[in-house]
Amino acid sequence: MDLSIAALLAQDGITNGAIYALLALALVLVFTVTRVVWIPAGEFVAWGTLTLAGLQTGAAPGTLKVLVGMAVIAGLMEAWGCLRRGQTGRLPRRLAAWTGVPVAVAALVWWLAPMQLPLPVQVLLTLVTMTTLGPLLYRVAYQPLAEASVLVLLIVSVALHFTLVGLGLWFFGAEGSRTPAFSSTSFTIQGVNISVQSLLVVASSLALIGALALFFGRTLYGKALRATAVNRAGARLVGISPDFAGALTFALAALLCGFSGVLIGPITTVYYDSGFLVGLKGFVGAIIGGLSSYPIAAAGALLVGLIESFSSFWASAFKEVIVFTLIIPVLLWRSLTTTHHEEDE
Amino acid sequence: MKWLGSRAAFAIFVVVLAVVPQVAPAFWVTLGNYIGLYSIVALGLVLLTGVAGQTSFGQAAFVGLGAYTTAYLTTKYGTSPWLALVVGMVITAAVALFLGFITLRMKGHYLPLATIAWGISLFYVFGNLEMLGGHTGMSGIPALSFAGFELKSENRYYYLIWAITLASLWATNNLLDSRPGRAIRALKGRLEMAEAFGVDAARLKIVVFVYAALLACISGWLYAHLQRFVNPTPFFITQGIEYLFMAVVGGAGSVWGAVLGATVITLLKQVLQDVLPWMFGRSGNFELIVFGILMILLLQFARDGLWPWIERIIPRRTPPPVPPAEPLPARDPAARAGPLLEVRKARKQFGGLVAVNDLSFDIRPGEILGLIGPNGAGKSTTFSLISGAAALTSGDIRFRGESIGGAPPYEIARRGIGRTFQHVKLIPQMTVLDNVALGAYLRGRSGIVRAALALDGAEEARTRSEAARAIARVGLADHTFDAAGSLPLGKQRIVEIARALAADPMLLLLDEPAAGLRFLEKQELAALLRSLKADGMTVLLVEHDMDFVMGLTDRLVVMDFGEKLAEGQPADIQKNAAVLEAYLGSVV
Amino acid sequence: MKRVYILRALGAALAFVLAGAAVADINIGVTLATTGPAASLGIPQKNTIELLPTSIGGEKVNWIVLDDASDTTKALTNARKLISEDKVDVIVGSSTTPNSLAMREAAVDSGTPMISLAASAAIINPTDPKTRWIFKTPQNDALMADAVAVSMKANGIKTLGYIGFADAYGDGWLAEIKRSAQTAGIKVVAEEKYNRNDPSVTGQVLKLISANPDAVLIGAAGTPGATPVKELVARNYKGKIYQTHGVANPDFLRVVGKDGNGQILPAGPMLVFEQLPDSNEVKKTAAEYVVKYEQKFGTRSTFGGHVYDAYILLSKAIPEALKKARPGTKEFRAALRDALENSNVTGTHGVFVMNANDHNGLDNRARVMVKVENEKWVLVK
Repeated sequence: MDLSIAALLAQDGITNGAIYALLALALVLVFTVTRVVWIPAGEFVAWGTLTLAGLQTGAAPGTLKVLVGMAVIAGLMEAWGCLRRGQTGRLPRRLAAWTGVPVAVAALVWWLAPMQLPLPVQVLLTLVTMTTLGPLLYRVAYQPLAEASVLVLLIVSVALHFTLVGLGLWFFGAEGSRTPAFSSTSFTIQGVNISVQSLLVVASSLALIGALALFFGRTLYGKALRATAVNRAGARLVGISPDFAGALTFALAALLCGFSGVLIGPITTVYYDSGFLVGLKGFVGAIIGGLSSYPIAAAGALLVGLIESFSSFWASAFKEVIVFTLIIPVLLWRSLTTTHHEEDE
Repeated sequence: MKWLGSRAAFAIFVVVLAVVPQVAPAFWVTLGNYIGLYSIVALGLVLLTGVAGQTSFGQAAFVGLGAYTTAYLTTKYGTSPWLALVVGMVITAAVALFLGFITLRMKGHYLPLATIAWGISLFYVFGNLEMLGGHTGMSGIPALSFAGFELKSENRYYYLIWAITLASLWATNNLLDSRPGRAIRALKGRLEMAEAFGVDAARLKIVVFVYAALLACISGWLYAHLQRFVNPTPFFITQGIEYLFMAVVGGAGSVWGAVLGATVITLLKQVLQDVLPWMFGRSGNFELIVFGILMILLLQFARDGLWPWIERIIPRRTPPPVPPAEPLPARDPAARAGPLLEVRKARKQFGGLVAVNDLSFDIRPGEILGLIGPNGAGKSTTFSLISGAAALTSGDIRFRGESIGGAPPYEIARRGIGRTFQHVKLIPQMTVLDNVALGAYLRGRSGIVRAALALDGAEEARTRSEAARAIARVGLADHTFDAAGSLPLGKQRIVEIARALAADPMLLLLDEPAAGLRFLEKQELAALLRSLKADGMTVLLVEHDMDFVMGLTDRLVVMDFGEKLAEGQPADIQKNAAVLEAYLGSVV
Repeated sequence: MKRVYILRALGAALAFVLAGAAVADINIGVTLATTGPAASLGIPQKNTIELLPTSIGGEKVNWIVLDDASDTTKALTNARKLISEDKVDVIVGSSTTPNSLAMREAAVDSGTPMISLAASAAIINPTDPKTRWIFKTPQNDALMADAVAVSMKANGIKTLGYIGFADAYGDGWLAEIKRSAQTAGIKVVAEEKYNRNDPSVTGQVLKLISANPDAVLIGAAGTPGATPVKELVARNYKGKIYQTHGVANPDFLRVVGKDGNGQILPAGPMLVFEQLPDSNEVKKTAAEYVVKYEQKFGTRSTFGGHVYDAYILLSKAIPEALKKARPGTKEFRAALRDALENSNVTGTHGVFVMNANDHNGLDNRARVMVKVENEKWVLVK
């Protein structure tokens, strides 16, 4: 292997790693605030790509149907909850938020879809759609179980994963799609070929990570989320609604995953079931970060991308074996160096 | 968690099971076979994940090990399948030991991911090895023969599968209801407590892990000889997830949950396969969607799985009182002259902060000594030093003349020091009897194998009798079979004392036992402690509640800023100027 | 759709009630991979079932279709269910080789003929005693691999690099192409594997290119076949790129786009039937099927064609078997097996001439070489 090949592999690894890193961040975020191991994150990545691909063909993507469906279910759940507690006064506002907004978003995207607007606009529409889907998912599937054990929440995540895969097959079909790259040019430095697309991927990931860091560090909502992550009961006592925290978390996580999907679409063909393995690799990164530290999670995801890239050169048949076996010593090292307190379930 | 209530319910179950192949359609037998296979794996998961709290996604890989070992040996070498089973179990145990050794050192969330990691690795190893047929697989696996019968027909195989399933259920149930079983139940969230009573948690976790892996291996072996074809796809991580799914949906806290979960999920999939095309037409494929939605709804309404619902309708007989049995070997109470416990210049430093500063005091045999002081005085740290939860920076602690400074908690327990915890650490779903019996862990010797094969009957009877005695001693005999978590806090603290007594201690360390108790509860506690003292027990009491302490203790040691401020009779301490200043700020 | 089902259910109920007295229906059980990784094969196959008539040889035919999610255990369970619950007279399926291999046990145990829709010749390998009851309609990998080797030799290819799926299809093709290449005097200098869901194949492609082969063969099915192509083009690979018949679907063309120009693959003639001369034996049958399929479902599928061929085989074999026994009986299934074994019919993919040693029956008439040009398939003359 010479330098140019190594550089290409490194570039490939970092690009993929950047995408896994976004996913890892989403997973850490969701876990720390809601204690949910969010396995369907992968599906959100795949749906991000497939929604954009759908918009590219000028058709309204199937995601909109799911959005409307979930909005209706969430609305019914809210109505039931309000009526049961006798809080009929709050009902109109709740319904407007949980059903009105998503339906409006879906209608907007549906109206704009056939117009074949330029790529950046379509990317924006995709992100808006996915971000709206996140909190709905939380409301419908997880909120009723907010106090359950981590294991039960995990199993709910698994069930949700099955459901979303099935819905994906129904709406997007069995064949895959690619989305157009933002740029197809590349330039050469010192004999090493660097593609502008890769740079864009890494740059936009960094930008998004930076934006999130600002959000968590400087805004009130961000701090509220961090507070909930540290101590749920304490956060409730100071007035932070855990339901709101959960919904906001899922919105952010959905945004991260949807964006990952938009970035990964030009690189590879994405299928209705691609999400699982991509999610798994992001999950590896998240765990290396102990499901608590963002920088280490991102670094872990990057590591996964690099190992994957290099081992697909050295021994492509055993690539998965290498990636997943090498993770184990890393996990061991991480587990020995973190302090752990027994979880009160 | 004993054999549930009615023997009759179980008998009905077995009869129905036996009759199915004779009267039901052939396809039911096919389904019954798969349900049995999945139940065996799910059972291992109930033990590993449900009870011991170690979430594992990798059981499917162990199923694969069992299946591939027998496939390879029987097709390439013509080995007898029964021998191949033994080889498979040996290989699986070796792999599980290795993986467990690495993985189970990981705490918290690292463990499930590590199981995913090697679950996926093993799958790709299976798929890439030419000698195992690669992804295409191996066909032509011979059928099993048993005592001259060829078990080729599904009906005959059904009986074999269910015989093994029932045997596994029996063994696992025995295991959970035994000395190691109580320890296993403590692995989930009560590690510190278990170790204080002598449980080697690390070793136990690995043993449970290997047990679950062996169950999976057996299931894989049965699978290979049922299908007579293996390829890697059934051993992928998705199947591993499904096994966990079955365990949780069925009820991960009970061995019957495994069977129930396997049954519900297998049957549900078949029902969906038949009903959905009828409802929605053939054009779409909705099984997965409906399945996922149903599971989410189910979990929202039944968090602990389905088994608890069924448990409620099975009549439970009231358990008979525990028969008295010969006491377990007791400690030699030979009296020694001199103090029971000596703390000699004990020092504990956390970096630059000195929490305990060359503290020295004695505890005399047969007395109740109170250790008090204002907040931050270092009482809890001192307590931890004595109980072995924290290590001495310098100095020594001697018990009955022998140094225990630096000894681990279980060693200290073995020497005869019992303790309770500041936050009650009982296992809530376990009965009071079992919780107290856990205290006697070090006085027993049955291991996993003896327990699973129900060979530990004699020792179990003695242990339970000891525990019952301890419970009676503390006055809670009426609550012997109640779930520990259902008792009010005051009684729970007394259960902790009973548990400490079951270890046959000479010295009892009580960490703020009166905290959170109501007035009458405190009185009961004080009465109990006095009565224990009358029987010769020595007690060290760390406490905040002055009334409680003053009326109960023989002597007091007062700490402040990590040092001994005063020592003496309660009446004298109450008038001691330095003590009053420490607590109140100044003497008026 | 619902009405049809209610009618069918009533019909079946009626038949059940009048059991033994009047006509028994012919039950054909079908298990396909309509979900899971092989869904792109299974879905067009399921669609084709909807085009098939509901009577053969004057008897009513029930097509019972189940999904096995590309999973071997489920495929076998479905087979057993079809045999014991639905009492099928013949099983069609499954879409993939491992599933078909798993199902053989059920077919053989119960004496039910089975027509597989999968690629590997191992399914019907004549030296295996099980295969008496097993047939298949797709061309064997070996047949297609030979065509590829012949084309390569004609193009002066001396060294070959292979990159294919890490699954049964990829494994099968690799084994076949090694064999065919050796016969044609071509050396396989690199072997790489990838998964359909891999985000990139950079490493594998770099390794391939560093071995500098004259041609690269991609062993994939469906749109994932485009992934290595994109990478090879991006790395400026100048050699010839070959594909397998697994990518012969329009989605592949859509995804590979301009990068697909110049690629060559073997395919069933139905893919380009319009370009075949009228004298071609398969053209008429292929045209019938493709026109019908495209009318209802949009774009043609070679995978669906295998199901149609199974129907064509059965449409000739069932009347033969009806002469000897009634449907639903063991004798009928045995007679059906015998009739299938002597098949001599023209299907959509080729001419099936079967005998006791060949339960596939296809020959060179079942393959053509096709080139990709501007997102279209062009017949290579």
